[in-house]
Amino acid sequence: MSTASVPLPAWINYGLIPVLNLILAFFFSGLVVWAIGESPFEALQLLLIGALGRGEGIGFTLFYTTSFIFTGLSVAVAIHAGLFNIGSEGQAYLGGLGAALVALAMDRYVPWYVTMPFAVIGAALFGAACAAIPAWLQAKRGSHIVITTIMFNFIVSSLMNYMLVRLLIVPGKMAPETRTFLPGGQLPKLDWLIAAFGGKIGAAPLNFSFLIALIMCFLVWVLIWRTKLGYEMRTLGISPTAASYAGIRYSKIVMITMLISGGLAGMMALNPVMGASARLQIEFVGGAGFVGIAVSLMGRNHPAGIILAALLFGILYQGGAELSFDMPGITRDMIVVIQGMVILFAGALEYMLRPSIVRLYQQLTGK
Amino acid sequence: MSLDSPKEPAIELVGIDKKFGTVHANKNINLTVAKGSIHGIIGENGAGKSTLMSILYGFYQADHGEIRISGKPVTIRDSQAAIAAGIGMVHQHFMLVENFTVLENVMLGAEGGQLLAKGVASARKELKRLEDDYGLEVDPDAVIEELPVGSQQRVEILKALYRGAEILILDEPTGVLTPPEADHLFKVLRVLRDQGKTIILITHKLREIMAITDTVSVMRRGEMVATRKTAETTVEELAELMVGRRVLLRVEKGAANPGAVLMSVRNLTVKDSRGVTMVDNVSFDVRAGEIVGIAGVAGNGQSELLEAIAGIRKPSSGEILIGGKPAAGIDPAGLRDLGLAHIPEDRHHMGLVLKFEEYENSILGYHRDPRYGRGPLLDLDAMRKDAEEKIGKYDIRPPNPRLRTANFSGGNQQKIVVAREIERDPKMLIIGQPTRGVDIGAIEFIHKRIIEMRDAGKAVLLVSVELDEIRSLSDRILVMFAGKIVGEKSSEAGEQTLGLMMAGIAA
Repeated sequence: MSTASVPLPAWINYGLIPVLNLILAFFFSGLVVWAIGESPFEALQLLLIGALGRGEGIGFTLFYTTSFIFTGLSVAVAIHAGLFNIGSEGQAYLGGLGAALVALAMDRYVPWYVTMPFAVIGAALFGAACAAIPAWLQAKRGSHIVITTIMFNFIVSSLMNYMLVRLLIVPGKMAPETRTFLPGGQLPKLDWLIAAFGGKIGAAPLNFSFLIALIMCFLVWVLIWRTKLGYEMRTLGISPTAASYAGIRYSKIVMITMLISGGLAGMMALNPVMGASARLQIEFVGGAGFVGIAVSLMGRNHPAGIILAALLFGILYQGGAELSFDMPGITRDMIVVIQGMVILFAGALEYMLRPSIVRLYQQLTGK
Repeated sequence: MSLDSPKEPAIELVGIDKKFGTVHANKNINLTVAKGSIHGIIGENGAGKSTLMSILYGFYQADHGEIRISGKPVTIRDSQAAIAAGIGMVHQHFMLVENFTVLENVMLGAEGGQLLAKGVASARKELKRLEDDYGLEVDPDAVIEELPVGSQQRVEILKALYRGAEILILDEPTGVLTPPEADHLFKVLRVLRDQGKTIILITHKLREIMAITDTVSVMRRGEMVATRKTAETTVEELAELMVGRRVLLRVEKGAANPGAVLMSVRNLTVKDSRGVTMVDNVSFDVRAGEIVGIAGVAGNGQSELLEAIAGIRKPSSGEILIGGKPAAGIDPAGLRDLGLAHIPEDRHHMGLVLKFEEYENSILGYHRDPRYGRGPLLDLDAMRKDAEEKIGKYDIRPPNPRLRTANFSGGNQQKIVVAREIERDPKMLIIGQPTRGVDIGAIEFIHKRIIEMRDAGKAVLLVSVELDEIRSLSDRILVMFAGKIVGEKSSEAGEQTLGLMMAGIAA
């Protein structure tokens, strides 16, 4: 019997092991910082203060967190059905087109709260559409979803270049972006949320989509653990043969799952497009789709874990940006190294510490 | 060890102890196997037989205890060390390279140098000698995948002998063999014994123990509970030692009272994913109130037949009628609505999702039923209550619906599946290998439930590779060979007759 199958209490599985992994990640990042001649403790302090020290920093941290929650949920939903969706990046990008078209069409006529539900639907529909073709190819033709979703990231990227450079650009301007949405096409800032904790939001772009992200976390939890569809998805994800025995149709579940996954990725666009910059810009996703994979892995594909993991990456993004600003020796690339360490230890090396912890646990409990 | 003992021991295990986490797999095991004897080890699944043999073959290390080979203490860290100590193992699932020849497989890992030519020549000579000495005739240039299963097993034995094995461990060697092939194997084993080799035979089939062994040891729950001279014991005594209580080896049932035809198969042909015909133009009926058994060696199309009837595999031609309605092309969910329940052959991959909690598995396939939640939602309370009822009625242990299914024993896992399918009160029941990997106590229980279904007027189709099971449960027996039904017999048909039909020899 391998140690992987020994059941551990939840507090070890979901608490101790991730925390130990995180400590290891910071330890090795610290070594790197020390190697280039900076103080690791000072760096850590600057990073935490930058991310959580002031209301504005918290606002930025939660802004990044919002994007990562959406993409993390997108990856997690697919994983529960046994599908590895690498295409959240492209799905979010295309989702931005959906959100922007709604905002451009409605912002002159109605207030934001009327535009918002349509924008949510528009972003989700475009994201889902981007996932639909890979899903169909997997369901009906057996083309591997990992390959097809990666390829769709490139297709969407080219398509959006064309859209922004040729069609949506404001005539006479150089920047490949749409016009700025009027307030009717913008999501309001959550200054009251930061103010409630006694801070000032300042220039931070934290906006209403953070609340939409939290609602989606709850809905995903209900979907996976409290609905018949979620039951079928989990059955298929763990055991495709048991699913076929139970009369669960493979192609149907693959299609539905990927549409939901793509839809969640598409909603991520609400945050930067309608919340932060109030226009559709080129390459606005900026890697959040790929971070979503790490967030989902770290969060054990559970919405509660995804919120925590997204928050961690939000802190790393915001704190890292402040750090590279304050410490001349640490460049933007160093921050990527640190983020890579966290992904490596917390996501990929999940089973590194586990065997020794299992043995220790067995000795301590005398079993 | 006394000097005047007739045969010196080939193997002595002294105080072997092994724990896996909370599971005490081997408790202070002492075992002495005499040189030049056939020693049987029997026990139910999970009794610790495989663990003990894995320790002897170096897959696991014992926590405590000593292994002595020919009187000398040895440490066996891996299978290389076991081979060096003269121990050879024939696994239940063969470890052969399918597209290599017999000679290549025998040489594998013992090629003797960087260039093959010299090694091949000497290996060929050695193989010839072994074949002649022990009567193990196999063509050295035949490709493994083209050989029948019985011959593949002989190659495994040759492989062990080629590496100088003096002690051979055979793990459930007859599971994949037809009765004539098994007889041939036993003949080979006797020759090996007479030439001075020591053989350990692990099995759960009591009849084989009686037929071939000199001594037999019984394991129960990690302990070695008894060792007997085979000539001085009986099947009944061994069964009782295995289970720890008296067991009924034969199922009690009254005469069948067949009614209307509920399930018909007409000219059914099924191909596997490679396009090979697995079920070849098969036709039969199953009536209400009878059990029709399908006997056959594993791999002769029974699995594909079951999957086609259950709607999992699409037939390439022919008809399936369920309650008189054409059913080929209806999916498993639709067939359940028509009253067809299915206990699949493979509970680990099909009948259960092992990572699910028990109560989640107790609705698999019936999860759309409104009693488990209205609309799109699941009603967890209703699911758990339902699971608890089944746990009580079928004595599933431990009685905890929140436990992961993988943590139940094989017998209890099978009871979860049986409870789920039978408690829906279906009209028709198709069953594959109802008691594979299930302990004797649970076998008795499951057999009784199947008979009850028959007596309640259900149509039951039973597939099993255990001929005893088919003979004791079925009212009619169909024999399947190479995808065809080669004959029908009553349940009184002799084992010999059925065995020959299963081997495709007599119709």
